[in-house]
Amino acid sequence: MSTAVGTEAPTFSLPDTDGVEHSPGGAPATLVVFTCNHCPYALAWHDRIAAVARDYPDVKVLAVSSNDAVRYPRDSYQAMRERVQADGGWPMPYLYDESQEVARAYGAQTTPDCFLIDGEGRVVYRGAPDADHEDPSQNAAWLREAIDAVLNGEAPANAETTPVGCSIKWKES
Amino acid sequence: MQQPTVELLYWEGCPSHPQALAQLREAMAELGLDPEAVEVRHVGTDGDAETERFVGSPTIRIDGVDVQDPGEEPAALTCRVYHRPDGRISPLPDPADIRSALHNAITTRSRS
Repeated sequence: MSTAVGTEAPTFSLPDTDGVEHSPGGAPATLVVFTCNHCPYALAWHDRIAAVARDYPDVKVLAVSSNDAVRYPRDSYQAMRERVQADGGWPMPYLYDESQEVARAYGAQTTPDCFLIDGEGRVVYRGAPDADHEDPSQNAAWLREAIDAVLNGEAPANAETTPVGCSIKWKES
Repeated sequence: MQQPTVELLYWEGCPSHPQALAQLREAMAELGLDPEAVEVRHVGTDGDAETERFVGSPTIRIDGVDVQDPGEEPAALTCRVYHRPDGRISPLPDPADIRSALHNAITTRSRS
């Protein structure tokens, strides 16, 4: 089950690495990116997503880590804090989805997996940041095109792409 | 030319192994090796990862030597982080590292 393009985005409140709670909404657009510390795809795309957060100050960008930190301790809350601190801060909050309820609500599959939400709370783009994790010059082009469209009051021409990355590490029941 | 033992270990939770296998076979063909002579093995459990000293998918070994030194990385079912010479992080090893590992194995075998 996944949150489909055109449907209402699940709302949530999650703590960032300073313990401050963040939720989607209250902006012309919100970008929710499921990501993590340990995955090479997420790491390869990280700088491009951070650049989007810097380049679009009107867009609320929320990075969310949902992986099972017991089996993947590099994705623990403490490890998230240490990474943000080591980077000298991030241009977007890094949120901890310990229960994995947010990832389940969105139907996130991979890290990264991007959901762009318009000002009315509808998902208008879902998928990868761009076409190639190996090529920094791609510059998160798919995300930027979708954001530009939303900020212009239009629907993104390319509203859905296949998310590419490491599988979300679900807790064993 | 003696064919070195070429292994590609992968975990299905990471999507990079088909591309890694293609890169590996391309490098083998460039060096005159049989590109089909790759032992491809799936690592499916934490126990298998420990037994195989598998630090992430994909892992490529030439005559038992990893194409990128895994250092102190713990065994785990995960996608492997590769560090490129330009500082980039990638889910795939640098093709130059693969060629270099193959070349070293060929040279070592030709001397023995």
